[in-house]
Amino acid sequence: MAPRRAEEVRFGERLTRSGELLRSALTSGPGILWVAVFLLAPLAAVAVMAFLTRGASGEVGQPLTLQSFRRLAGFGLFGFDPLYPLIVLRSLLLAAWTTAACVLVAFPMAFFIARLPPRFKTIALTLVIVPFWTNLLIRTYAWQILLAAGGPLSRGASALGVIPRGGALYPGTFAVAVGMLCAFVPFLVLPLYTAVEKIDWSIAEAAMDLGADARRVFRHAVLPQVAPGLVAGIILVFVPAVGQFVIPDLLGGARTAILGNAIQQQFGPSRDWPFGSALALVGMAVVLIGLWVHARTAGEGQDLL
Amino acid sequence: MGDGQAPRAPGSGAIDVAGVRRRFAGHLALDDISLTVREGEFFSLLGPSGCGKTTLLRILAGLDLPDAGTVRIGGADMRDVPAYRRPVNTVFQSYALFPHLTVRDNVSFGLRMKKLPGQEIDRRVARAMELVQIGPLAGRRPSEISGGQKQRVALARALINEPQVLLLDEPLGALDSKLRKELQVELAALQRSLGMTFVYVTHDQEEALVMSDRIAVMRAGRIEQLDEARRLYEWPRTRFVGQFLGSCNIVEAVVGELSTPGARVESAFGPLTVGEGTFDRAPGSRVTLAIRPEKIAMLPSSAPPGDNRIPVRIARLVYIGSETHYELESAGQSLTAYAMNAGGTGPELRPGDAAVAVLPPASLVVLED
Repeated sequence: MAPRRAEEVRFGERLTRSGELLRSALTSGPGILWVAVFLLAPLAAVAVMAFLTRGASGEVGQPLTLQSFRRLAGFGLFGFDPLYPLIVLRSLLLAAWTTAACVLVAFPMAFFIARLPPRFKTIALTLVIVPFWTNLLIRTYAWQILLAAGGPLSRGASALGVIPRGGALYPGTFAVAVGMLCAFVPFLVLPLYTAVEKIDWSIAEAAMDLGADARRVFRHAVLPQVAPGLVAGIILVFVPAVGQFVIPDLLGGARTAILGNAIQQQFGPSRDWPFGSALALVGMAVVLIGLWVHARTAGEGQDLL
Repeated sequence: MGDGQAPRAPGSGAIDVAGVRRRFAGHLALDDISLTVREGEFFSLLGPSGCGKTTLLRILAGLDLPDAGTVRIGGADMRDVPAYRRPVNTVFQSYALFPHLTVRDNVSFGLRMKKLPGQEIDRRVARAMELVQIGPLAGRRPSEISGGQKQRVALARALINEPQVLLLDEPLGALDSKLRKELQVELAALQRSLGMTFVYVTHDQEEALVMSDRIAVMRAGRIEQLDEARRLYEWPRTRFVGQFLGSCNIVEAVVGELSTPGARVESAFGPLTVGEGTFDRAPGSRVTLAIRPEKIAMLPSSAPPGDNRIPVRIARLVYIGSETHYELESAGQSLTAYAMNAGGTGPELRPGDAAVAVLPPASLVVLED
């Protein structure tokens, strides 16, 4: 790049430094302001809240303590209890499972759509997006009806002997799995499809020409090309899946505590805002650490693929 | 096809192709192709785009399959041999380097697929990179090197596997003309020193002539003529071959009196004496003659009349440094002539001047169509 001067010509226009600053303020300013007011400020409030103390009737006040975090780590009033570490772990497992299932489903879908003739491609992509036109709650209730005892799917499953006679697929782990998969799979299909669409197949042919069979062509010539889309999709699914609690609650029968409903519980019925904030912070920290590790290893990660 | 090749038993060449056909969505990309590539030769498939040359190369590589016909490599039938087990490697037109791998890892890819021991891979990678002079680029990625360097990496990546036949699909197509000329010479020299069989696809007739031992000129899915490079240029059999390889004047004529050797013919330019050797056309039949522009000699209009001397008028003249290109008119027909600017020799001619063009009998080639 040429050394910066006080005055620069860009798109055939002479721009002074102050003029440039004004322009930046006008274009980027509103966005920065929005993020500051509606994201950074609440985040800071939560971060401070986590170190405050809950009063007897749920009011929040001094002193600043680590009490909430100590309780979260399992050291509560009644000795060691791994309840909350388990909740965090359970949420991570649910998110990991959801992500893995979405990857398995999204891969064939992305390749299938990319191979369709252009006309059908648009239709297929629209079908992938259509569920978003409906509220998540409504979609989840719809699954309740479809999977409920006496419903067609439960009857079919009991006829096949998968579940006991008269049993139901909802509520239960299966219903949660189906609900999570269906809610999140579009987030993986779309970035993956974009990556598949851009694959340079001559590189796959080169790998085959150099002695790679179909499996190794996929591993060495196709996967590295779709890796950016795959990683983007994984992040888009995993991060919100960690905090998701509507689907597990509605389809799992609200029997298991996970991070999302635990936080809601603290901010709602339990009126323990500091502890809820601490839970939220820890959840966020776990995800951020994951992303940071990914970013650090991304360079070499491509070789690992 | 194939007057440059002695009859051979099938399976004796580096590559034997017999009766190969390939149809794509209603159009015949390859129509009954048969040819033999000899061990150790530089063989080119030359033709305009869409003539089927790349399809044929892909069928040799196993990246495409023929609808009919057989392909043998080193005598072995390739019908059930997938691309990754064929004893050939390809240098692709767009290079198709692995963008996520370094130059070294690109070059070693084939050997790693074969699971050779690490030490041997290192040794052969070093040698291959030295052969094409890309040693210093080992740690770079394809996005960080130039087009010419990519071409070398693609070449090393294929050569390192020591294939029985190296297939090259217009490997120099994306390079500028100066670099291209350098690499043509280098590639031909490399082929000769390695003694490896090369099958080279190109649409550039000069490139094919510079590098090849033999050339198959393809047109619309068929082989138009297959011969040694020099013979192909000097003795084109069809109008297409004559005009695709260099430029060519076409002269329509009627056969007059036969003589041994050659014949007298009657053309728009008047009577001409044609060729050496036997002339197999009956008197009175129509023939098409071809003559290369550089074979036509220019004389001043004061030159005495004689055999195959045609009075012409200079319609246009293009001076291109080493040569002068003349567009000549005679009897309502036009002729193109190239003269070397050797200095001193030849008349100083201007547009509109009268001159005499000499069409040497030995340079008039009788075409089949």
